Amino acid sequence: MSLFDHKVSDLHELLHKKELKVSDLVDESYKRITEVESKVQAFLTLDEERARQTAKALDEKISTDAAKGLLFGMPIGVKDNIVTKDLRTTCASKILENFDPIYDAAVVQKLNQAETVTIGKLNMDEFAMGSSNENSGFKKTHNPWNLDRVPGGSSGGSAASVAAGEVLFSLGSDTGGSIRQPAAFCGVVGLKPTYGRVSRFGLVAFASSLDQIGPITRTVEDNAYLLQAISGLDPMDSTSANVDVPNFPGSLTGDVKGLKIAVPKEYLGEGVSESVRQSVLDALKVLEGLGAVWEEVSLPHSKYALAAYYLLSSSEASANLARFDGVRYGYRTPNADNLLDLYKNTRAEGFGDEVKRRIMLGTFALSSGYYDAYYKKAQKVRTLIKQDFENVFEKYDVIVGPTTPTPAFKIGENIDDPMTMYANDILTIPVNLAGVPGISVPCGFDSGLPLGLQIIGKHFDEATIYRVAHAFEQATDYHNQKPQL
Amino acid sequence: MSRISIEQVKHVANLARLAITEEEAETFTKQLDKIITFAEQLNELDTENVKPTYHVLDMKNVLREDIPKPGLPQEVVLKNAPEHKNGQFKVPSILAE
Repeated sequence: MSLFDHKVSDLHELLHKKELKVSDLVDESYKRITEVESKVQAFLTLDEERARQTAKALDEKISTDAAKGLLFGMPIGVKDNIVTKDLRTTCASKILENFDPIYDAAVVQKLNQAETVTIGKLNMDEFAMGSSNENSGFKKTHNPWNLDRVPGGSSGGSAASVAAGEVLFSLGSDTGGSIRQPAAFCGVVGLKPTYGRVSRFGLVAFASSLDQIGPITRTVEDNAYLLQAISGLDPMDSTSANVDVPNFPGSLTGDVKGLKIAVPKEYLGEGVSESVRQSVLDALKVLEGLGAVWEEVSLPHSKYALAAYYLLSSSEASANLARFDGVRYGYRTPNADNLLDLYKNTRAEGFGDEVKRRIMLGTFALSSGYYDAYYKKAQKVRTLIKQDFENVFEKYDVIVGPTTPTPAFKIGENIDDPMTMYANDILTIPVNLAGVPGISVPCGFDSGLPLGLQIIGKHFDEATIYRVAHAFEQATDYHNQKPQL
Repeated sequence: MSRISIEQVKHVANLARLAITEEEAETFTKQLDKIITFAEQLNELDTENVKPTYHVLDMKNVLREDIPKPGLPQEVVLKNAPEHKNGQFKVPSILAE
């Protein structure tokens, strides 16, 4: 049994009673990494020396004063697009291979205040563009449940490290499903908060109007504690929202009696595998048994979300990634004798294929003569998709469906066809376009591969999502299953 | 019908400051054409009277008080620079001789 089979609140209790030390938790992390990392390949950078020093300092602190916060001493992994001061941050891109940030992201500052221990930085698709971690510039992460399968992406390292027991929990980021899809593939709990709930300061921007940082954990309760710690208005991010942060763990009452669930018919239609469909119907039976009611609804513009998303996210990416030019930081080509060639060759040599493809698409969609036809059209369709959600939420508390159309696919299976790879995100993308929150919780298995149930809520109503997810989790046993590594 | 030509791809690559080979230009032409053809399905929707959503939250200008604070120290700013000289980022010549 691993220490990480305990919930955060139980570990906190053990620390409090001095039956456990922070050093034990950090030891557990690196011991497990030594055992399984060669198979899973979740980490890009380990920060062992500093983590052990921090653990020692925290243990000294706790011996003099026991009244510490709940996350005190908990070992965490951080996705490699979240900047960490003096700790290598690459976004899994060759263009940032040697980049050591000069400040901490807002979420990292908050973790430091909560006194967690950062174990290392986690692999991802380059600049968060991808659904399998195969687009990483450095390594391929493997799914702990089946090493021939992808962990999902782009937060593949974040989900795989938690599933493999290498860290207690982790942070990921989600632009079109990048937390929820890998959480589903790896059998863990992943939440994309409402746009604006968590500061993006220090998150290397992919698509600024869609990106959100969120927690990946083994249980819903742990997820609520971690979101609690990283939420809130930040003067450094003008898109972070000035709204109250409720007590998320306090919302886990187990009571869903009378809760109204909407099930979009588009989310159980074409392209969704039979095993996934059945697992969602079974989950709805469980929720019905707990007193919730569900009805079929329609989100009629769902089928247009994928096209709108790729135009918008690529357009924003093409602008955001203009900063990587070989001048102020990052890789610089040795092959240039004038400034224009310096830019062009630095970017050609530094970026991977998928990143280049999206920069090209975005530049095209924003270019003179095409802006109205593509970019502006997609922003209008975004309005229609947002209205779909608003209409449903007038009558229902949450929307429930699958997180992904299929379980984890094989490494190499989709990599040659961008369109097939993109289609993996059809059930998660509309949530980002509308800016609403969504969670994935384990809801079954297909041939030993985990499946995820997606629960979507109203703007800033993560509390209700957590309540439903927790009630479901407590009524089922999926979250207690562990991969054999 | 092809929606994007290889000349357009080369033009876009130049706008994006990406050096691409002839082979890459051909690959991108095929792939972008496929993606853009897929995106054309948005034209099935009548959006004439729909306002675009640039931002999901109903936020207007976010203002704060303008309080002067010290900036980052020069050596910290230059820490990750590939090349610097006399406290400035160094680049190759901009103007041809």
